Amino acid sequence: MGMLVNFRDWIDARFPLTKMWEEHLSKYYAPKNFNFWYFFGSLALLVLVLQIITGIFLTMNYKPDATQAFASVEYIMRDVDWGWLIRYMHSTGASAFFIVVYLHMFRGLLYGSYKGPRELLWIFGMMIYLALMAEAFFGYLLPWGQMSYWGAQVIISLFGAIPVIGDDLSLWIRGDFVISDVTLNRFFALHVIAVPFVLAILVVVHILALHEVGSNNPDGIEIKKNKDENGIPKDGIPFHPYYSVKDIVGVVVFLMFFSFVMFFVPEGGGYFLESPNFEPADPLKTPEHIAPVWYFTPYYAMLRAVTIDIGPLSAKFLGVIVMGSAVVILFFLPWLDRSPVKSIRYRGPICKTMLALFVVAFITLGWLGTQPPTDTKTMMAQIGTAVYFAFFLLMPIYTRIDSTRPVPDRVTG
Amino acid sequence: MKKYLLSVLLLVSPVIALANSGGVHLDRANIDPTNKESLQRGARTFVNYCMGCHSAKYERYNRLGRDLGISDDDIIQNLMFTGEKIGDQMDISMTRAMGKKWFGAAPPDLTLVARVRGIDWLYTYLRTFYLDDSRPFGVNNKVFNNVGMPNVLWQLQGTQKAVYETVVDDEGHEHQMLEGLELEEAGSQTPAEFDRTVRDLVNFLAYMGEPIKQQRQSLGIKVMLFLLVFFIFAYLLKKEYWKDVH
Repeated sequence: MGMLVNFRDWIDARFPLTKMWEEHLSKYYAPKNFNFWYFFGSLALLVLVLQIITGIFLTMNYKPDATQAFASVEYIMRDVDWGWLIRYMHSTGASAFFIVVYLHMFRGLLYGSYKGPRELLWIFGMMIYLALMAEAFFGYLLPWGQMSYWGAQVIISLFGAIPVIGDDLSLWIRGDFVISDVTLNRFFALHVIAVPFVLAILVVVHILALHEVGSNNPDGIEIKKNKDENGIPKDGIPFHPYYSVKDIVGVVVFLMFFSFVMFFVPEGGGYFLESPNFEPADPLKTPEHIAPVWYFTPYYAMLRAVTIDIGPLSAKFLGVIVMGSAVVILFFLPWLDRSPVKSIRYRGPICKTMLALFVVAFITLGWLGTQPPTDTKTMMAQIGTAVYFAFFLLMPIYTRIDSTRPVPDRVTG
Repeated sequence: MKKYLLSVLLLVSPVIALANSGGVHLDRANIDPTNKESLQRGARTFVNYCMGCHSAKYERYNRLGRDLGISDDDIIQNLMFTGEKIGDQMDISMTRAMGKKWFGAAPPDLTLVARVRGIDWLYTYLRTFYLDDSRPFGVNNKVFNNVGMPNVLWQLQGTQKAVYETVVDDEGHEHQMLEGLELEEAGSQTPAEFDRTVRDLVNFLAYMGEPIKQQRQSLGIKVMLFLLVFFIFAYLLKKEYWKDVH
């Protein structure tokens, strides 16, 4: 024991090990009233680690070559020991990542976690979300199946809708006149090095920002305003051991859902692994119906909802603008929300209704994005898009006029 | 090239709408992936009738033997005809170019076909070829209209002819709609025997699409049980630590 203590002291004299341990774990005081919604931050970190580790093993046998990519994935599924498990872990992990991140972001909406002083925390989080979308997009091309190919074809062609520079821009992204081996190689580089690197840095920055301002909670109260004589928040408990042991429970429950999908329904009903993707990419054969993977479909539905040209601007370009704005507008959330209270618990009926409508719109758009368009469905997508944007654009008004309930001094239950 | 692709996309878009609005009724395949005999019969049918034109190039002969309970000797004597080695992948000598020339479209590799099409589709497709003089091989198909493939199982199934009914659409035009198929000339198998042959074949194709499926499910049950036990301990640990939080 003495030797271990000496060793720790030796390190502490040279590296802030104990200091970091205390700052981020044993003396990081988190509100004691975290509920269900607070599991998803640590779960997102877990999935990130899972994706990086399984990804490393996949690259050992995957070949980023248009003539070999598809076969190398099947080689992993059949000939590599436990390759199927690693591949399914990675493909299930991709969808799990988005499920966890969407729930994590929804928690922010519920309890006003983006409001001051956590604006930067929210923005770093949004940057992670953007990086994640890029990561998923690049990764989806790699199996080189029909949906990989045509999905990427559709998304890259969106850049072509930009006036003047569009065609050159999409040519630059592809590196070829069609999606080809060149595109596959650069997407591989971006998927395994560039974006994960950015993602890892952003996650560190996100956590540093969190630990600087401290966690929000379901009551939206600043626990730092109520400290005891030692300067410890009265409603705070050390992250370790309290939340580390609590998060283990969350991890186990999450792994049950994760394992259920991975071992029993790895295709996720055709949403996690789309059936046309079991056919190798064929540039001359368009699949019957091209739909992006489920986590992009809300935005895809918004893109297709725009059907009118305005002057020289094509409907497609306007759709791209709408789609881009739908993501960008999230960055401005901290300044759009003018409510004096953070948590939904103490907000009035207008805020609650708007949030409920927003959720319904987002899920409906997600479903519509998987469907071939019809007149009715396009109209539904237009209504959904309107609700989506109304939630944000009207926020400065309805959050100000909505009634609020008094916020208690100390956290409840 | 891009413009070409885009115009193809535009051209096929009405077809896409039609293809999705209709949807032919599919018969249920009802396969039993644990039935080794069915899988072995399916493998035999596959090698005898399909592998003339279709490869299964991601599957290896010895893997097939191991999973289906067939010895290497039996595989070599009964399923391998062209001097491959037992560890080879089930490839064929016909190239895609030749296939395209002879059939209009290259016969696809079938290793993963069950995951692309689904087992019910395959089961229905293989049983619904019918005589159609307008087609190069004299047959058409109920679920895959104008398919380039001949009915390779006709000696077993016999030949079927289409029965049409006349329907009137909203605008008063008359159309011939395919109502059903009836056996015109019997084959060497009765309809019930033939259904079983196709069921076995589809069972084999489903196996080949994902050889580790059984292993994945049995491992899954163990993992879930482990997590259940782990959950009890994790929950009790959490409760113990949180005793003093009020």
